[in-house]
Amino acid sequence: MNAIKSLDDLKKIREEALAKRKVTETSGATQVIVGMGTCGIAAGARETMKAVLEYIEAKNLPNIVVTQTGCIGLCEQEPILQVVMSEKEKVTYGKVSPEVVKTIMENHVEKGEVVEGHVIPMQG
Amino acid sequence: MRELSLHILDIAENSVSAGASKIEISVNENLNKDELIIKITDNGKGMSAEKMKNLADPFITSRTTRKVGLGIPFLKAAAEACEGSFEIRSEIGVGTEVEVHFRHSHIDRMPLGDLKSTWLNLLVGYPYVHWVLDYAVNINTYRLDDQPIKEILIGIPLSDPQVIGYLKNEIANGFDSVINIKS
Repeated sequence: MNAIKSLDDLKKIREEALAKRKVTETSGATQVIVGMGTCGIAAGARETMKAVLEYIEAKNLPNIVVTQTGCIGLCEQEPILQVVMSEKEKVTYGKVSPEVVKTIMENHVEKGEVVEGHVIPMQG
Repeated sequence: MRELSLHILDIAENSVSAGASKIEISVNENLNKDELIIKITDNGKGMSAEKMKNLADPFITSRTTRKVGLGIPFLKAAAEACEGSFEIRSEIGVGTEVEVHFRHSHIDRMPLGDLKSTWLNLLVGYPYVHWVLDYAVNINTYRLDDQPIKEILIGIPLSDPQVIGYLKNEIANGFDSVINIKS
């Protein structure tokens, strides 16, 4: 009985989300990617991901797509988090603890200002 | 890694890299038999017999980003340290199944840890995979099949703030329903 009720809730959530999207359509979705290879997980990437989702939920931020990816070869920098905003270059952050997540979400994802101190310099 | 739920996240990641479109994970705490069983089944590309032979060797890995693969050797060692077992079956073009047994009450058994967060991570982080996640205590099972949820949500990311709230709630209720019967 519970399942049916909760799927109905989900339909409502979808309608609300679609309505909200029409308003913000011009800005396009922001992508947040968390590295979840063995190296990332061992360094605490699950807590990093959890912090991202909690931030989005607490601040009620629409239009952010959060996904995971495997090891990208920068294991010593894990947990790694990448932010891709429409038409801008991908920014890769290293050693992203739940605390750092807050700073990145607040400044980069919400305001579009890159948090320079945590960016991993990319060669080539 | 200090939690079995982190190992589960790690093994599931292997399934995703193997191109699986459907991944089933079951975690069963069978207290009557004093067993904890974790099973991960995927329909990814599978492995050859030769590759399987070398799986527990950390210096043989399919990863291209560095030369050491530690996920499977770690989990195997963790199981064997507490009278458990580690088994992996795979067929090219069909998929792979990992089955790990632990003695539930063994003093060296790693705690299961935050399995709810692992579930949420996998659902949100890999939206293109069809996840079937089971958590059981004795014969009481909670199953989260994400297909019906995604059918309703077409076009809305699972990281929508309200969907995150919904999923967290759904998983928490499911776990509660299984654990309450336990006590």
